[in-house]
Amino acid sequence: MDGAMTDAVSTETLKRTPLYECHVAAGGKMVPFAGYEMPVQFEGVKQEHLWTRAHAGLFDVSHMGPCFLTLTDTSLEGDEAHAAIAALIEELVPSNIAGLKRCQARLTVLLNEEGGILDDLIITRPEPDELQGTLYIVVNGAVKHQDWALFEETFAGRATLTRADDRCLLALQGPEAVDVLKEYFPGCEDLRFMQSKRMYWNDVRCGVARLGYTGEDGYEILIFAEPANALADQLLADPRVKPIGLGARDSLRLEAGLCLYGQDLDPTRDPVEADLAWVIQKVRREKADFRGAARITRALAEGSAEKRVGIRPLERAPAREGTEIHVDGAKVGVITSGGFGPTVDAPVAMGYVHADLAEPGTAVDLMVRGKPRRGEICALPFTPANYKR
Amino acid sequence: MTVKYTEDHEWISVDGDVGTVGITKYAAEQLGDVVFVETPEGGSAFKKGDDMAVVESVKAASDVYAPVSGEVTEGNAVLAETPERVNEDPEGAGWFCKIKLSDAGELDGLMDAAAYKSFCEGL
Repeated sequence: MDGAMTDAVSTETLKRTPLYECHVAAGGKMVPFAGYEMPVQFEGVKQEHLWTRAHAGLFDVSHMGPCFLTLTDTSLEGDEAHAAIAALIEELVPSNIAGLKRCQARLTVLLNEEGGILDDLIITRPEPDELQGTLYIVVNGAVKHQDWALFEETFAGRATLTRADDRCLLALQGPEAVDVLKEYFPGCEDLRFMQSKRMYWNDVRCGVARLGYTGEDGYEILIFAEPANALADQLLADPRVKPIGLGARDSLRLEAGLCLYGQDLDPTRDPVEADLAWVIQKVRREKADFRGAARITRALAEGSAEKRVGIRPLERAPAREGTEIHVDGAKVGVITSGGFGPTVDAPVAMGYVHADLAEPGTAVDLMVRGKPRRGEICALPFTPANYKR
Repeated sequence: MTVKYTEDHEWISVDGDVGTVGITKYAAEQLGDVVFVETPEGGSAFKKGDDMAVVESVKAASDVYAPVSGEVTEGNAVLAETPERVNEDPEGAGWFCKIKLSDAGELDGLMDAAAYKSFCEGL
């Protein structure tokens, strides 16, 4: 038997997050991921997945790329400062960042000159007056160095990048996350989905945001490395909270219909075919002033050749990344993420198909190990989102 | 009845010239919850080391290799509907297939229970 057993990859060059010892003590099985040694599972992917949907799961996502982008021109204040820093980042992303209210976070995509997706990221306008010339940005771990190089090159002399990936980024996700976390951060229960606020825990300054990557209600907390272990230990001592590894993180986000950069999104895909056109707000569509505007505007008007869809394998065999999608013996698409969804208790997948086959209910064949298996195009997500809007 | 083990965590229990093949308790624990098993059909022939079955957990798909050469007489049909048998009873009811050995001498190259136990302890 192969796979999943032992990993021959050298761990010498891998980094560790501030919570490494905490994961090992909790029984985490550590694997290389995005340049870090990360826990892939604790008690088991399925149990961790189901626990998160029912209670609260604690994830270490410190491998990701939290950072701050700050205007070099310190003469501006308030809305003027925000408008100036937003105008800079809007050179690289097609979302309306200028229109963000204080505390508001927004998902967007980093585009190349052709309109292809270099990363998906969340941009937040901070609340404090002194941070109106700053944006809090979280990019993906696997591409953070190239994203940051692009920021520094594009904004040279105009804005300063401050990396925050020496800190700890924790996610507490699940329906009981709010009741757990309000004991540590009173007032966090008043945040709405995609809102973020500076809060203090034992005089430690933290960023607390109500969002996540599971489809559940929950929070992400940016905290300095040194106090992070104490916070994680206390959260894990709560009987409603269990540690969750990367395995369940992947099955949770797939059921929730959320993209994994590098699989479901890559530089050849534009936001329209990725079914992320909603990240481009009206004001930006009208101006069409973003990178790749020619391709994206055309796709918005005429539709794209391919479209990202949900796919349900109708037999028991999971159809994983790379599985070809066929109709009448001809290739019509490919699965970009696929596996087993513990909550739906069936295989689930997403991928790209020709746009005229993207209608839910369309019958397709999934070529699993050379054999056609019955599948069906379906709407995303597979499990209803439980966001606190 | 002789039970032998491979370094890839398959077991084979031999009775006469027919062996029953599955994955070990160690392998099942490492995989976690098994959600799908593809067993070989009766009549298919394999050489030692060939991919003969697939076992899938929530996480990943893994190949299962033929521990010996021979012809499959029967796949475990129960696993199609109840793949969780592999976790519940990996070295019993969760067997994958029965194979008619073409060269019983190949068994000599496999580990016995004691050797496999110390092999796993070294991982």
